[in-house]
Amino acid sequence: MRPFSYERARTPADAAAAAARTPGAKFIAGGTNLLDLMKLEIETPPHLIDVNGLSLDTVAPTPDGGLRIGALVRNTDLAADDRVRRDYGLLSRALLAGASGQLRNKATTAGNLLQRTRCPYFYDTAQPCNKRQPGSGCAAIGGFSRQLAVIGGSEACIATHPSDMAVAMRALDATVETVRPDGATRGIPIAEFHRLPGDTPHIETALEPGELITAVTLPKPLGGRHIYRKVRDRASYAFALVAVGAILQPDGSGRVALGGVAHKPWRVEAAEAELPRGAKAAAAALLAGAKPTPENAFKLPLVERTLAAVLAQAKG
Amino acid sequence: MKFDTPATTNPIDQLKVVGVSTSRIDGPLKTTGTAPYAYERHDVVPNQAYGYVVGAGIGKGRIASLSVAAAKAAPGVLAVVTADNAGKLGKGRLNIAKLLGGPEIDHYHQAVALVVAESFEQARAAAQLIRVEYERGEGRFDLAQAKAAMGDAADAKKEDSNVGDFAAAFAAAPVKLDETYRTPDQSHAMMEPHATVAAWEGDRLTVWTSNQMVDWTTGDLARTLGMPKEKVRLISPFVGGGFGGKLFLRADTLLAALGARAAGRPVKVALQRPLMMNNTTHRPATIQRIRIGATADGRITAIAHESWSGNLPDGKPENAVDQTRLLYAGANRLTGNRLAVLDLPEGNAMRAPGEAPGLMALEIAMDEMAERLGLDPVEFRIRNDTQVDPEKPERPFSKRQLVECLRVGAERFGWDKRNPRPGATRDGDWLVGIGMAAAFRNNLLTKSAARVRLDTRGVVTVETDMTDIGTGSYTIIAQTAAEMMGVGLDRVVVRLGDSSFPVSAGSGGQWGANNATAGVYAACVKLREAVAQRLGVNSADAQFADGQVRSGNRSVPLAQAAGGGELSAEDAIEYGDLGKRYQQSTFGGHFVEVAVDAATGETRVRRMLAVCAAGRILNPLSARSQVIGAMTMGVGAALMEELAVDTRSGFFVNHDLAGYEVPVHADIPHQEVIFLDETDPISSPMKAKGVGELGLCGVGAAVANAVYNATGVRVRDYPVTLDKLLDRLPPLA
Repeated sequence: MRPFSYERARTPADAAAAAARTPGAKFIAGGTNLLDLMKLEIETPPHLIDVNGLSLDTVAPTPDGGLRIGALVRNTDLAADDRVRRDYGLLSRALLAGASGQLRNKATTAGNLLQRTRCPYFYDTAQPCNKRQPGSGCAAIGGFSRQLAVIGGSEACIATHPSDMAVAMRALDATVETVRPDGATRGIPIAEFHRLPGDTPHIETALEPGELITAVTLPKPLGGRHIYRKVRDRASYAFALVAVGAILQPDGSGRVALGGVAHKPWRVEAAEAELPRGAKAAAAALLAGAKPTPENAFKLPLVERTLAAVLAQAKG
Repeated sequence: MKFDTPATTNPIDQLKVVGVSTSRIDGPLKTTGTAPYAYERHDVVPNQAYGYVVGAGIGKGRIASLSVAAAKAAPGVLAVVTADNAGKLGKGRLNIAKLLGGPEIDHYHQAVALVVAESFEQARAAAQLIRVEYERGEGRFDLAQAKAAMGDAADAKKEDSNVGDFAAAFAAAPVKLDETYRTPDQSHAMMEPHATVAAWEGDRLTVWTSNQMVDWTTGDLARTLGMPKEKVRLISPFVGGGFGGKLFLRADTLLAALGARAAGRPVKVALQRPLMMNNTTHRPATIQRIRIGATADGRITAIAHESWSGNLPDGKPENAVDQTRLLYAGANRLTGNRLAVLDLPEGNAMRAPGEAPGLMALEIAMDEMAERLGLDPVEFRIRNDTQVDPEKPERPFSKRQLVECLRVGAERFGWDKRNPRPGATRDGDWLVGIGMAAAFRNNLLTKSAARVRLDTRGVVTVETDMTDIGTGSYTIIAQTAAEMMGVGLDRVVVRLGDSSFPVSAGSGGQWGANNATAGVYAACVKLREAVAQRLGVNSADAQFADGQVRSGNRSVPLAQAAGGGELSAEDAIEYGDLGKRYQQSTFGGHFVEVAVDAATGETRVRRMLAVCAAGRILNPLSARSQVIGAMTMGVGAALMEELAVDTRSGFFVNHDLAGYEVPVHADIPHQEVIFLDETDPISSPMKAKGVGELGLCGVGAAVANAVYNATGVRVRDYPVTLDKLLDRLPPLA
């Protein structure tokens, strides 16, 4: 870990302004991912801005019937929130499928969206990785890729986004609210928040330098059955091989987002029109253009079969 | 004490303390966090500095340049140790690759430097400033490729074991099987990393470390440093898991010693978790070919088991075929362990080496063979039981209750309710199946010594360099001494894991319990004689009970014998040729029920049963803990554990506990363990045998066979992950 300077921010705007003052500065909230990466010197911020003191830790209704989730609401608290459990069951279930109780107690809503990939080559600083060291190459392509992306990858990177929560947020059409160093605020639709790797896999989100997430808002509840099905090799504390997050209506229509298959939570709105025709058609539309490796080609049938199980569960 | 005739009745047979379920005497230390583990020995020596290890970033080649200037100039740095400045180093007798590499690099994450600093954080930060340029060499990293390159010529080696005429008998057999099975590289993944505090006092070195084999490692540390063994003291009273990964001198200990010498003060080193998979040893992958021929009524007439594994030059193969020489009858036999040279990290012992991967293959083959014969898998195994060494029929087993284990297990598990037709039992979304396997692990005999002292308060203190690696050694040794000296456990003190104590068997290969307690028995016999002599009674008819020594009508408190000064006795158990005249092994049956998600192929274990016949069970409570822990390891091996090899760069890619998955609590269901009532007087005066590793042997195959019974999909390539089932699961609506 490299030495770094540290400050506590007093307001979100101050935090953003402080970040703009020091190139490479990072915000720290739960620290469940950032601190690990700093110990390995995968992240080497010269300056940390502690945002834990900002009053961004409440869940409140919005005027249009949705929910505004403060950036600092801990994963455990969010999963247990009565309104979330009642109206956004998908989100609660996705959260509880992730990490461990201890990590969820610490991890925040914004931090969850910003966690880095778990590609093992990203974590090994002796290996080339375009995400860690732009231009150095990708050791995962042609290497151990069982966990990695089957769609939306590039010649530069085939990492997957590890979050369960973000899959639910994507299906729910959440909006990421931010404040920029100049004090301006904006809302970024979750669909535009995470990026595909392209030739700049080190740039993972639409956030601009210094921009701070203040909240995530959910539109008004959709009703329907909320199902989150995470498939993994062991029963707990493992990243998804694939995950299917779905909100399904009695008429057979619905929404589906996938985890474990791409550099970001994967949703193709057009594919959802296929849902009434069943898992095969919907999975084919969702994964059209997939380019798996020999090691992770199984994820394609696995998505279809998992989606089939989810659709059956919704009917049952 | 020489043990060369079968044990007769002795004080252990009273079973007042031995054989009684007893909570660990070191339990309170563990549960209150006060058991002293190596990295936390802040108390033993002041002024400890911190070392951080730099591992090589290539799998094979040499260091072109290594720049330490920036690291040396970093805040708090006291010393940087590399092969350039470490002085001449030897190599441990039990090490294959050098523990400090350079300029040649033998494997990935081989240590190339140690940075010593005032704080751990300073050492870690400075370690990142070390710049190493490598010349990459051509490495051999792919077992399948290496096996293919060995060609058929290597297939019939003179070290193979041949009995009868396998080829002819196999050709003539009416029912036969010829299949190939694969087990992956695996990592011990113990909770406590390798860790050492080292301190020099003049030319004497003391290391507080975490090691299973005190005497081996003391010797190898001295050998590597080129100093007399007498000047090295090694202290390892508590080990937070070893599983074979801490049998040997490893880089933490050597580098702590070198770092302490360079810094001129004590140094502590723990291997960082990301180094553990590639820096230390692992269980090598195997490719195993098994051929079995049988008569139509299920008598094996021909059995062949060949295994290929890789290791660094001068390494040994994984002995995956050894149990096949002993487990089942059959007149015509061929077994061989073949070794390919690979440049992956060192392969060595891990959790029942040999039998664990060997039975993962053999016991699937037996399941497949039973199916081809139309026989129940339990019945097929029973039909091929043997009470003698099948290669040397004049050698009986000392005790062999395999058939009883299988029968009891089948009955207790409800085997008769198993649907023999695979893929035909459904419970909602789950495909349900039951599988079984035989368990087998040899009982190894090794000399083991102890010292026993009796003080004026009547307290008996046992000292031996035996280790407790979480197994319960402290407790069974205390039970042994209490039984022998006729005192309660509260009057016994056990001190372990110190090279200044008499040399024991150590912990490994499930040999610790029987040998170490037999050594304590021998010392206690001597102490009883000393007590009798001091009290002026005939030792032959003296009774030691309730803290008293009784002889005829006379009864004297034991403590009185030490009235004139502490009594001390030291002895060792040494074995004659009973191990040659009899085959000593342990036996069991594993029964497993799994459910496989019909959609996703995820396998979840529903229940497990182990029935073990392993001689006298010294402490049923801790023995059960051992066996359920081993069963859990078996589930890991069956369903998830695999070091992923990058065959281009030559390293294990998933080198942390996020990437290398072992079972979590949610993976482990109800586990039941039954110990058959057994004593084996051939094994030792304790009449006990090993049991810890028996609990693992066969579990993997029992799980795989249950998955087959559930799904009809036969996977011969471990781990049995869902991707290997998916395309053969039933179509979904």
